[in-house]
Amino acid sequence: MKTKSKKNLKFTIIFGILSVAWLYPIYLVVINSFKKKAYISKAPFSLPFGKMYIGLENYVSGIAKTGFLQAFGWTLFITVCSVAVIILCTSMCAWYLGRVHNKVTKTIYYLCLFSMIVPFQMVMFPLSKIANQLRLNTPWGLIIIYLGFGAGLSIFMFSGFIKSIPLEIEEAAMIDGCSPLQTFFLVVFPILKPTAITIAILETMWIWNDYLLPYLILDIKKFKTISIAVQYLRGGYGSIDMGAMMGVLVLAIVPIILFYLFCQKYIIEGVVAGAVKG
Amino acid sequence: MEKAIKRYFPVFVLPTLLAFIIGFIAPFAEGIWLSFCDFTTINDAKWVGLENYIKIMADDTFGHAFRFSTLFTVVTVILINLFAFAAALALTKKFKGTNLFRTVFFMPNLIGGIILGYIWNLLLNGVLQIFKRTLTYSSVYGFVGLVILMLWQQIGYMMIIYIAGIQNIPGELIEAAKIDGASSKQILKNITIPMVMPSITICTFLTLTNGFKLFDQNLALTNGEPSGTSEMLALNIFNTFYGRTGWEGAGQAKAVIFFILVAIIAIVQNRLTSRKEIQA
Repeated sequence: MKTKSKKNLKFTIIFGILSVAWLYPIYLVVINSFKKKAYISKAPFSLPFGKMYIGLENYVSGIAKTGFLQAFGWTLFITVCSVAVIILCTSMCAWYLGRVHNKVTKTIYYLCLFSMIVPFQMVMFPLSKIANQLRLNTPWGLIIIYLGFGAGLSIFMFSGFIKSIPLEIEEAAMIDGCSPLQTFFLVVFPILKPTAITIAILETMWIWNDYLLPYLILDIKKFKTISIAVQYLRGGYGSIDMGAMMGVLVLAIVPIILFYLFCQKYIIEGVVAGAVKG
Repeated sequence: MEKAIKRYFPVFVLPTLLAFIIGFIAPFAEGIWLSFCDFTTINDAKWVGLENYIKIMADDTFGHAFRFSTLFTVVTVILINLFAFAAALALTKKFKGTNLFRTVFFMPNLIGGIILGYIWNLLLNGVLQIFKRTLTYSSVYGFVGLVILMLWQQIGYMMIIYIAGIQNIPGELIEAAKIDGASSKQILKNITIPMVMPSITICTFLTLTNGFKLFDQNLALTNGEPSGTSEMLALNIFNTFYGRTGWEGAGQAKAVIFFILVAIIAIVQNRLTSRKEIQA
């Protein structure tokens, strides 16, 4: 018994060291965000003491240079709205596809499956032109694009779950006088809730961090997302304003980590459920 | 019941279908067509047959990006899965702090690729500075840097999937083996690994497609420097579209080839997983 607890202590120590190493890159960004620009590349590993310390100046210049606060607002708006629209529209669509069987619904379902294996680069050029012509180059338009491009995965996952719902429940509701809409929202949707949470988590992780799709679709003079704002700091010829960059990086990371600490149980469960089905 | 629902097509299906047509079907069809055309915008497209495909055969940058991506993917698939599996094995044992360690290892996944790229840009350039080098000194540094970044990002994700797989193994199975006198090595080889085979398949293919599709991290960490030698497939396609005028058609043709490559990987995975399910 004694040797076992000793061995366990060894594991705890090894993984403790590994965890510290794992967090080190983030720690490094945080300490450098308080340093004068010149010292960030000269002495990245030293603590920001003495003449290196610059207070919040990097944050101020980073926010001003990138329009970070607006970018944060737009990213939040795009992510929340897109995920809500995706969950609502695709769950309705998946239910219809699962209950009405004809050639049209079958074709739509298989096209959705197919869309899951198509990489974004395949459609990026025509998509950005089409979005431009239809004037979808705003955050509102982007929501429609995300619905279209994200439909495949969520219809696939909802469909898998809908197949397992016994038809009798819905039939009973219909016999009692529910319209299809009432049946869906009062009976089916509550049953779909766990799947909806899984999909919401996967889609949030994708849309919040997405760079290329919003970069190509949005009119980036007017609208930026966080990823676009960060990349914007790489000026022409590859020069980077490291001071402003550190400030913006910290501001970009902190909300994610807070969100993660509050919802980690759901996030980790969602990832496992998503991986098993996808 | 089917009849009653059927009339509701415009409410239930139409919104998603329209968005799906705008966001996927139309651009996909147009993409295939454009790969056989010469164009700078969509409106001036002229049919040129296979010319674009012939053009990219002679384009060294594409071949280089293809080799770079393939090597990168092979290395990351092996390393990520080995480390993730080892970490999962350790963290399913009972010792203090397992939950905390899990949380820490998973965290980098939530950070976007662009942001990850700049975090590691700082750290790796800081280390290389000691040797008077930078990340963009040669493509070898870029390659190693990208591998380290991907390990940091993805080990946690795959570890979570492996942990779920290991926890699904019935405890009786391992206990029975212990009573029969199996060593821990034998248990690993004959029980644990065969039982988590589905997780291994999932993780292998996730890391495989992630490796080939990598874009944001590549853009932020090295941007293909020096002179395009650390450019991966997705970035190469992007730069062909938006960095070389007159090459838009070739860019689309590259995208089609890229799509076929990713599709083959996905179909092979699908075959393998469904076959395993039948056996189980």
